[in-house]
Amino acid sequence: MTSQIHPDRLADTFAGLAAMKRGGLITFITAGDPDPATSLALMKRLPQSGADIIELGMPFSDPMADGPAIQAASLRALKQGGSLRQTLDMVSEFRTDDQLTPVILMGYFNPIYQYGATRFVNDAVSAGVDGLILVDLPVEEDDELCDPARTAGLHWIRLVTPTTNDKRLAKVLQNTSGFVYHVSIAGITGTRSASSGSIDDAISRLRTHTTLPLAVGFGIKDPAQVRTVTASADAAVVGSAIVSEIENNLDGQSRPLPDLLDNVCSLVSELASGVRL
Amino acid sequence: MAADSNAPVKPESYRSGPDERGHFGIFGGRFVAETLMPLVLELEAAYAAACESPEFQEEFDYYAEHYIGRPSPLHFARSLTETLGGAKIYFKRDELNHTGAHKINNTLGQILLARRMGKSRIIAETGAGQHGVATATVCALFDLPCVVYMGATDIERQAPNVFRMKLLGAEVIPVTSGTGTLKDAMNDALRDWVANVEDTFYIIGTVAGPHPYPAMVRDFQSVIGRETREQILSAEGRLPDALVACIGGGSNAMGLFHPFLDDPVRMIGVEAGGLGVDTDKHAASLTGGRPGVLHGNRTYLLQNDDGQINDAHSISAGLDYPGIGPEHSWLHDVGRVEYVSVTDSEALDAFQMCCRTEGIIPALEPAHALAHVRKFAPELEKDKIIVMNMCGRGDKDIFTVAHALEINL
Repeated sequence: MTSQIHPDRLADTFAGLAAMKRGGLITFITAGDPDPATSLALMKRLPQSGADIIELGMPFSDPMADGPAIQAASLRALKQGGSLRQTLDMVSEFRTDDQLTPVILMGYFNPIYQYGATRFVNDAVSAGVDGLILVDLPVEEDDELCDPARTAGLHWIRLVTPTTNDKRLAKVLQNTSGFVYHVSIAGITGTRSASSGSIDDAISRLRTHTTLPLAVGFGIKDPAQVRTVTASADAAVVGSAIVSEIENNLDGQSRPLPDLLDNVCSLVSELASGVRL
Repeated sequence: MAADSNAPVKPESYRSGPDERGHFGIFGGRFVAETLMPLVLELEAAYAAACESPEFQEEFDYYAEHYIGRPSPLHFARSLTETLGGAKIYFKRDELNHTGAHKINNTLGQILLARRMGKSRIIAETGAGQHGVATATVCALFDLPCVVYMGATDIERQAPNVFRMKLLGAEVIPVTSGTGTLKDAMNDALRDWVANVEDTFYIIGTVAGPHPYPAMVRDFQSVIGRETREQILSAEGRLPDALVACIGGGSNAMGLFHPFLDDPVRMIGVEAGGLGVDTDKHAASLTGGRPGVLHGNRTYLLQNDDGQINDAHSISAGLDYPGIGPEHSWLHDVGRVEYVSVTDSEALDAFQMCCRTEGIIPALEPAHALAHVRKFAPELEKDKIIVMNMCGRGDKDIFTVAHALEINL
């Protein structure tokens, strides 16, 4: 049923990583944080700083699965006029210079529901989006967006968590494509970190159920953790640490300080050293 | 497909929902993170088993009688009826329950379920603090640790309830994210649940959240309507003409309405109109919102064009929520229940009137229901009967009321 769009940037990226025998770095930022111009400039510099895949947060007023850092980023973006339309426009502008780096949108369903699911998947494909992660759409609600998104050719990247038991795992993997996102802890973003042993065990278990690439996220903050995680997984996702670095480079009115882009990009380069020799 | 295929279908019974996916028409559902989904399914199975268990029902009934003090009386408000000069007005006195509101009907049911499931830690969100107090109360009774998330703004305006919860041994965690009100408290409670999946039971205080919460909370609160039915039959020999209840999330209204949904009884839910539904300061989700997805369910929400949730406003902290239970959204769309709104100042007037005419200090929440009864009772013939749910007592609100009336205590 899925007619994958071409080029399949996600498949190409993971194939390239496998050929280079290294793990991938997936970097998360929230679209429009701290303002539209800075956010776009940052997004454009992420690939050259070492990001293999960009996960772009769609701002939402009530991000229930996110910790304080990403909640604050959402609110900053919304305060500066952030919206779903603006997020899609940002991806379009990014694509004028970059045809290769996969862009995944991550967020919550309500803004998409208001935009209209069909209109959204069409506009996302046109903008150059490669896949979607929707936190509050479990398999039980697949008819809402997963089905139309896959029909339109978008990858549907599902979160697998420590509470996803084997019986459920088969269901969860069924409509998943692009990669599987293993949430390493039961919890919200930017808080605890899982032990490397528990991540290894989870990755081994997932490998017996799927041939899709496996990414690990939640609680990954530094190059050492990136290196440890990608010893078994195909990619590591870093979000809150990057978003916190944005926050650290704002003035009292949440305006960007002059070195914001350089400082955030140098953090991304450091993180990328975890997947490179 | 017919052109009107999106129009809600009128069911054979209004009492048969939700379906197996937790839907009331298009409303409800299970819009939660994967981490929580297995827990929500576990809860659904455990609740279904409890519903089949006579022991569970007996246990509920025992504590309802001896601890909550049920049945609550059905009081003929003679003086109010004479003052308004129209239909006979009865109050269902759920403010006489232990802890002073209807909330404990639900917290009792859920904590008994939590015990059956072997859960050892309880969390809850609260707005006005009535649900927080009701949760802290049953946690004290059954010796379970209790964490209550409460918006920082609400903590300020509901200080007596905060102290009550602490006396009962609960930990009250101020929520500063967002606007520091009920919706933010619910976000933080969900975050806690995601992080403590092994041992924690989340007692949601209203008929909202992912399935099975809306149906489960409704079932526990339906004791209100079942008693009302028996009591009015005994007092008047017939069913009432109309039921009136206030609505934030809508648990007291759902509890009163549900046992009557298939009877020829008019039902009116009263939302909080704040400074007016034509302003941006109100909490009337059905009057001023549109369908969206938040806190695990699809329902009417106050939101902007981009789907960002707006802040609600009401003088009553218990009604100050930008959503409403999904079953109400459905009953609204199929036209079975009427939904209206009254403003802060109308509720304040009704609050004072109730104190003086009936000697009952109502909570600001049912004062909204009473404000509508004031408008509507005089239009009815004297042989008509209205039952209004007096769902909470007003002691907690005297500071808010004094402030609104510019009186220094």
